[in-house]
Order: sequence, then C-alpha cells, then structure tokens
Amino acid sequence: MQVKQKKMAITGSEAAAHAMRQIEPDVVAAYPITPQSPIVETFAKFVADGLVDTEMIPVESEHSAMSAVVGAAAAGARAMTATSANGLALMHEIVYIAASLRLPIVMPIVNRALSAPINIHCDHSDTMAERDSGWIQLFAENAQEVYDLILIAARLSEHDDVRLPVMVNQDGFIISHGVEVVEILDDETAKRFVGEHKAMYPLLDVENPVTYGPLDLYDYYFEHKRQQIEAMKHVRKVFDEIVKEYEEISGRRYDVVEPYRLDDAECVMVALGSSNGTIKYVVDKMREEGHKVGLLKVTMFRPFPKDKFQTLLNGRKAVVVLDRSASFGAEAPLYSEIKSALYEVAVRPLMGSYVYGLGGRDLTPEMIRKAFEDALTGDLIADEERYLGLRE
Amino acid sequence: MAKLKGWRELPIGGLIVDAGNAMEYKTGSWRVMRPVYTREKCIDCMLCWLICPDMSIIQKDGKMIGINYDYCKGCGLCAKICPKNAIEMKPETEFQE
Amino acid sequence: MPLNLVNFAKVHKEDLLTSGHRLCPGCAAPMIAKLALFVAENLGYDVVVANATGCLEVSTTIFPFTAWKVPWIHNAFENVAATISGVETAYRVLRRKGRIKPDKEIKFIAFAGDGGTYDIGLQSLSGAVERGHDFLYILYDNEGYMNTGNQRSGSTPPGSYTTTAPVGKKIPGKLQLKKNIVEIMAGHENIYAATAAIGEFMDYMNKVEKALKFKGPSFIAVLSPCIRFWRIPDDSALDITKLAVETKYWPLYEVDRGVYRITKKPRQFKPIKEFIEAQGRFRTLLKHPMASEIIDELQEYVDRRWERLLILEEATKDKPITK
Repeated sequence: MQVKQKKMAITGSEAAAHAMRQIEPDVVAAYPITPQSPIVETFAKFVADGLVDTEMIPVESEHSAMSAVVGAAAAGARAMTATSANGLALMHEIVYIAASLRLPIVMPIVNRALSAPINIHCDHSDTMAERDSGWIQLFAENAQEVYDLILIAARLSEHDDVRLPVMVNQDGFIISHGVEVVEILDDETAKRFVGEHKAMYPLLDVENPVTYGPLDLYDYYFEHKRQQIEAMKHVRKVFDEIVKEYEEISGRRYDVVEPYRLDDAECVMVALGSSNGTIKYVVDKMREEGHKVGLLKVTMFRPFPKDKFQTLLNGRKAVVVLDRSASFGAEAPLYSEIKSALYEVAVRPLMGSYVYGLGGRDLTPEMIRKAFEDALTGDLIADEERYLGLRE
Repeated sequence: MAKLKGWRELPIGGLIVDAGNAMEYKTGSWRVMRPVYTREKCIDCMLCWLICPDMSIIQKDGKMIGINYDYCKGCGLCAKICPKNAIEMKPETEFQE
Repeated sequence: MPLNLVNFAKVHKEDLLTSGHRLCPGCAAPMIAKLALFVAENLGYDVVVANATGCLEVSTTIFPFTAWKVPWIHNAFENVAATISGVETAYRVLRRKGRIKPDKEIKFIAFAGDGGTYDIGLQSLSGAVERGHDFLYILYDNEGYMNTGNQRSGSTPPGSYTTTAPVGKKIPGKLQLKKNIVEIMAGHENIYAATAAIGEFMDYMNKVEKALKFKGPSFIAVLSPCIRFWRIPDDSALDITKLAVETKYWPLYEVDRGVYRITKKPRQFKPIKEFIEAQGRFRTLLKHPMASEIIDELQEYVDRRWERLLILEEATKDKPITK
C-alpha cells in the first residue's frame, strides 16, 4: 500500500543522509573527502540533534573507516561508511576483506576521479577499481534514486541468502551537490521496510565464540572464494523480491536495468549514472525527429546482469556504450563487459565505445547526439575507442 | 587426516565456528626433548602451568597432575622454571618404541 | 593483584587459548596472550580479541583450526586498533540500545607484533588512542618481522641481524635506533602505557590488571623473544628478558596519564654486552671491526635513558596530566 511521502528539495548527499537516518546504523565510521563530506556532515547533524541513534567514529583515515566498520559489523552491529575517489582507493584492501568476510555493509560512494593529477570532480574510475572486490554495485541516476537505492541496499545486504556489502554510487557534484525534488518515505514505513538488523555470527556473542579472518593455505582459499561467487548468484532473485516490495510502498519501480523507449529502438545507448538523465532528454528529441533511438540505463553493475543485455540488445542495429572511466591498456569497462555479454547472441549489433566525462568533463546533449548519429549511420568500429568532449 | 570439505560444506566468510578445535592438531610429534615429571619433588607452585606456551601442563584444583604429551613441544621452559627440579628434559628418542 | 598462583590455578576454568597452535616451541607470544586472558578471566571479564597479522595470528588460526575460545577477529596487518575501535563502539551502542545484555562486562584486547605496531600500524593505533576507545593493546615485541623470516622493523635494535638490514662487511646491520614506542604512546596523554617482559610475568600480569581496569585506551609493550631469530635456546625466553631488564635494555616502567613509575629497580645492573653476547642475532655484530664502539655507544644510550627515566619518575610523581 503506497504511503504518503514528503517532498523535499535536497541534494543527493542529503538524500543519502536521510536514507541513512532511516536505516539507523548503530555505528558510522567515516573520514571526510570531497565530494562525500556533505553526506557525513548532514548525518552528523542528525546525530547531534538526536534524530538518529548512531555512534559516529571520527576515524583518522578511510582505511581505518572501513576497518572500524568491519569490526563493528563483525561484532553484530549495523555499520556504514561513505567515501569517494582516493578514499575508496585507500580502503581498497579492506573493501575486499569486508566482502570476503560476508559483512552486510552499505556504503554510499560519491564518484570522483582518482588521482593523479588530483581532481575532485566526477568520473567512475574510483568505483570501477572495485569491480572485482565482491561488493554489489548499484548506480543512481538522480537524488531520488540515491535515497531509494540506499534503503533497498540495506535490505539486500542483510538478507540471509546474500550477506554481501553494497556500494551505492552517485555522481560527484552532479548529483551529490545538485538540489532536486526527492520524495522521502515517512520514518516508520522506511524503518519497517529496512527491518531490524540481524547479526550473523556476532563477535559479541561470547557464548558462541567465532574466529573471523583465519589463515587459509592453498587447500581452502579456492573453496572460500567459490562461496563468494555463489553468493553473488543469489543477488538477483533477492533484489527482485525487495524492489517489488519497495514499489508497493513507494510507487517507484526499480530493476537491474531501466529500458527507456527501447521497444522498437534500432540504436541503443547504454550508460551508468547521472548521464542517463541527459541521454533521456536527447532520446526524446531525436524520437521527435523520427529516429528510432533508445536508452538502456544500467542500475546494477555488480553482479553484472548479463542476461538483460543479451535479451534486450539482441538484434539491435547498433549499440553505443558510454563509459565514464577508462581502462588503460584495454577497452573501457562497461563497453568491454557488454561486448562480451553479446558474444553469443543470435544477431549481434554493431558496437561502439565512447569514453566521456573524465575528471568532471561535462557531457552535453550535442555529444550524445554525435554518438547516436554514428550509430544511426553505422559509422562504428568495435575496436576503436572514441572520446566525447576531449580536446584533440 | 580427515577428508577436506568442499565449498558447500564450509561456513561462509572463512569463519571458524568450532572454537578451540586446534586441539585436533596434536603438536606432540614436534618434540625432540621430553619433560619428565617427578611427583615427589613437586610442591604444586603452579609456575610451570602458568608459563607453558602450549598449555600442556595439567593441573586440577591447584594440584599438578602431569604433562600432556599430545601437545608438549619439548621447549624446556617448565624444567627451567621449576624451583625444585621436579622436571627433567630427556631426549625423546628414549621414549620411542 | 596479590597473585596467589595456587588460587589462580584453582579458579581457572578452561584454557581460552588452547594447545594445538603452531607457534615455535618456547615462543613467548602464546605466553603473553595466555597470561592476559588469565588475568581477564580472573577479574570476571569476558574478552573479545582482535589480532594483527603476524606470528600469533597466523599460527593460532590455520583454517580449519582455531586455538581461540574467545571471539576473535583478524582483519589486516595495519588496522587492529581501528578494527577493535569498531568492535568496542558496537558493544557500547548495542548495550545502550538493549540489543545485547551480556552477563559479564566485555573487555577488548588487541594483540599485535612490532610489525603491526611500530611501522605500518602506527597510524591506526594513534587514531584509536586519540579517540579514547576503551581497549587494551598488547604489543608482543620480538624486534623484527619474524613471521616472514626476520625482516627489520622500527623496533629492531641497532646491530641486530635481520635479512633486510644484515650485518655485512661494510654496513654493521641496522643503523637506526629502536623507536621508543611507549614514549610515543605516553605522548597521547590520556592513556596508561607500560613496558613489560615475559620473564617478569608477575609484573606483566599486574599491569594487565591495571590496564583492563583503566577507563580508556591502555598499551603494554611486552618484550617477546623470538627463539628462532634471536638465535637463543628453546627454554631461554624468560631468562633473556630478565637479562634485558637487568642490563637496562628494557626497563620496566609505566606511564599513567603522564605519571612515570619504574616498576622494577634491579639491585645489580649488568653490562649491555652480556645481553648482546647471549643472542645469536648479534654474533655477526660481535665479529665486526666496529663492534666495541657500537657496544659502548649502546651502553651509554641505555645508561642515559635510565637516568632520564629516574628524573621523569621524580618530576611527574603524583602529577597526572589528565584526570
């Protein structure tokens, strides 16, 4: 039953902080970094005003932030942190450990470019570096999605069949600092949706002592990793159940991908993050002109929804993939994975790779149109990486 | 040696839930020297029990019972600390069949 | 605690660190861990342990075996203090919210070697102490990265042989002095910091008791000989640390919120040369042409350091920096 929601004009960071407030973590250990700081600052104000009962640990680095969160989650508490760019890179070692220990942690990530040179603006290089870490990775298109996906993530990570940490990504400055209209559920509904934290093998259960993080020799490590692989396979089914429940209370429907005017589209663009908003605008314009174009927005990047790409992109004339990060020495991440997913489809489309927006370089409708026009005229070379907005 | 478990049989996250199961691994085979205990000389001071790195000195209610040869690695700390020389280190070979 | 060992033994219920671990015969690390757990048990506490990567961690938890009968977590090498901060905070919050109702008070102990403390772990430790978490950090100091085969650490004394600072024809081993970790910790002011030696185990256990009862962070650096890489006999761990105390190499003292107190004043001191000659890791140093100069310098250093401790003890008596 859909509930009455409150409309607020807030930034993506504030939306994240509100979601966190309703999740009510027991422990938040975070270190400030632009552009994530407003999330932690807003949340700290909620704590100081007594709006949420959370203990904040003002750690001395992101590495310690994730370490403390691992300790708190293993102890049996609901624990969260947030970061960006080099902060995420610094905690990289522990990010892997958090997933390997199967701890249900939710971490909003505000996407920012990795150094060097140091750049505080948006691109996806930070989160792409964590692709193999074993975390579930979700991407929000706008502040509303930030709010909704963080609540969904809290349920997803703590589910018995999953027990994996989740990263919810939002584009730095573009979403995190842009004010939008966001509908917030009332506290009671949100809390009921997220539910009570269920600890599994908590350290604080002294009657049943457990050992976390032993030494594996070559006789067990492989089996432990296979278990993690298996856990990722359960995510889709659980996600589908959770988003259905969420639709019933919020009226908003989520899926691992969002097709936009895809039905009869000949040329499809695929992208992650806020750019999808701009792409929808261009799709609409080009549709008015009679071009059969569409968008396939990706919400869940890990686990990679291969089947969706196979079903929805099979038989198209052309697919252009926009990547907001480069993989030096190889094809761009999203492009490469989609191309590989389409290896065995019945009718493979033409494909083109477009890298854009690195270090916060703006993506304009003209640039998107250019990519679509390449697709429509069939002027695509699968092996050629092209750049949108780069000065040659 | 027990048959190694497959990935479906292990607890998740690399956790070990059977606390203290290291006792299934008998380190007594490491021994080169064996501590030999003479009850008559012992005054139950509990010093050897206190410091044994392998928890191989057995006591009950403050009374020495003996040495657990399943785990004793023969380091000799007990013999060294004993104020009454109630423990003597002898080559393990003397006790092989 | 007026330790009556027999009573201690009588009330002891079960070994919380069991046999079957794979630490070397005669290693001091399991003794250090065992005695800390004994004291906690005796005081009526339950314990949760966090352990940094190193000998103790690796040898007690080779999957599928664990020698720990207390809740135990190993995260990574450099973050044991940050990890225990998270566990301790979770405990306070969950207890306050009524989500856990433990029968006994739970105490948090972090074990780490000199690797995970002096060098890579220093930031995390300093941060945790600054934040004032209520935990006990026990450093088992074997003066090198022993688990990986004796590489030098910030705790390695000059002249000692390590694989990354070997004593060769030209360079006589590690040239830098050993970092004074207890002074670094004492500098955080609102802390109980102490040295201990496994050979003086009553003093060590008294300090563990004091540390567990201390409200806030506490730190004990325990000199923990490595049989293998100090090249000493299997049964000599206790004696060599007693010698370390008697030669002023490892003075036993505590700093309680800035108040210095030397806890053992040997009646007779011994020359540092005796400590050096007792260990195989200094053998190549002793053969080096500059050996006697280096030893003389070391003797001067420990003498001056002892004098300084006496002055500090006098100057800070009954004058804590913080409440």
